[in-house]
Amino acid sequence: MPNESKYEADIASIRNMMERTSKFISLSGLSGVLAGVYALVGAGFVYFMLYFPRSPFGYRVETIQPLDTVMKLMGVALVVLVASIGTGLWLSSKKAQKAGVKIWSTSSRAMLVNLAVPIVSGGIFILILLMNGHYGVVAPTCLVFYGLGLINASPNLYDEIRYLGYSEIILGLISAALPGYGLLFWSLGFGVLHIVYGLLMFRKYDT
Amino acid sequence: MSNPFSKLDKVLEHSVRLQILSILVVNESFDFNSLKETLELSDGNLATHIKALEREKYILINKSFVGKKPNTRYRLSEKGRQAFKKHIDALEAIIKTQKQ
Repeated sequence: MPNESKYEADIASIRNMMERTSKFISLSGLSGVLAGVYALVGAGFVYFMLYFPRSPFGYRVETIQPLDTVMKLMGVALVVLVASIGTGLWLSSKKAQKAGVKIWSTSSRAMLVNLAVPIVSGGIFILILLMNGHYGVVAPTCLVFYGLGLINASPNLYDEIRYLGYSEIILGLISAALPGYGLLFWSLGFGVLHIVYGLLMFRKYDT
Repeated sequence: MSNPFSKLDKVLEHSVRLQILSILVVNESFDFNSLKETLELSDGNLATHIKALEREKYILINKSFVGKKPNTRYRLSEKGRQAFKKHIDALEAIIKTQKQ
């Protein structure tokens, strides 16, 4: 029946329009995996700078750190951040190109704004913490605000991102209760979780 | 049982109009140029369909300026939302009866 295909095509085009205009579906799962790897490399670097030869699973007791250590930590974090964003942009634009869609669209703009509000607030909050010498709660604060950003941006992304957000918040709160394990939780949240969810998304959407 | 075909919305039977409403269901508002790019239509073609939706009061129009450029944004009206839902329900009913 010619009509049947017309109505089914209508339904298919509705779904297509809804997804294409509200979701940033070009996000590459592989870039999540790589972001996780960068975070683990960064954390490894920090471990050798600060903890070695003590066990990475040990509780850190000394809290007062010289300013240049803090600056070095911020430098490592910045390198990890820039490398992750760069890889994300590169792989996502490749994916968008393959699918024949634009990476800069209404949906990607909405996603970035939703992501940026909690993350920028968190970033400023962390700078204030650092200025006041509250180094112990910086890692948990990163995790919690990052999780909030992901949840806020998840309507414009895949569902998995929302669960990643919840996981980051839970991890952040546990980490806040155990401030001496900051680096360990930071590696779990930004390294391991990114790799796990990135692989999940890669298998589901990238291939 | 009533005929599901009779419940189809005459205005939305055109697939471009249906697509415009689908976009507005999930986006609070959408501007003319983005609609044009997404649907890959010419200015005139899109304007015709928008006028048809406007005439039914399915969409609301908000004209403003970004710098010197006019920026026309569209929103879904409550009437449009209900018409969209009714039309999809009818589509679903038709497909179901045809599958039997």
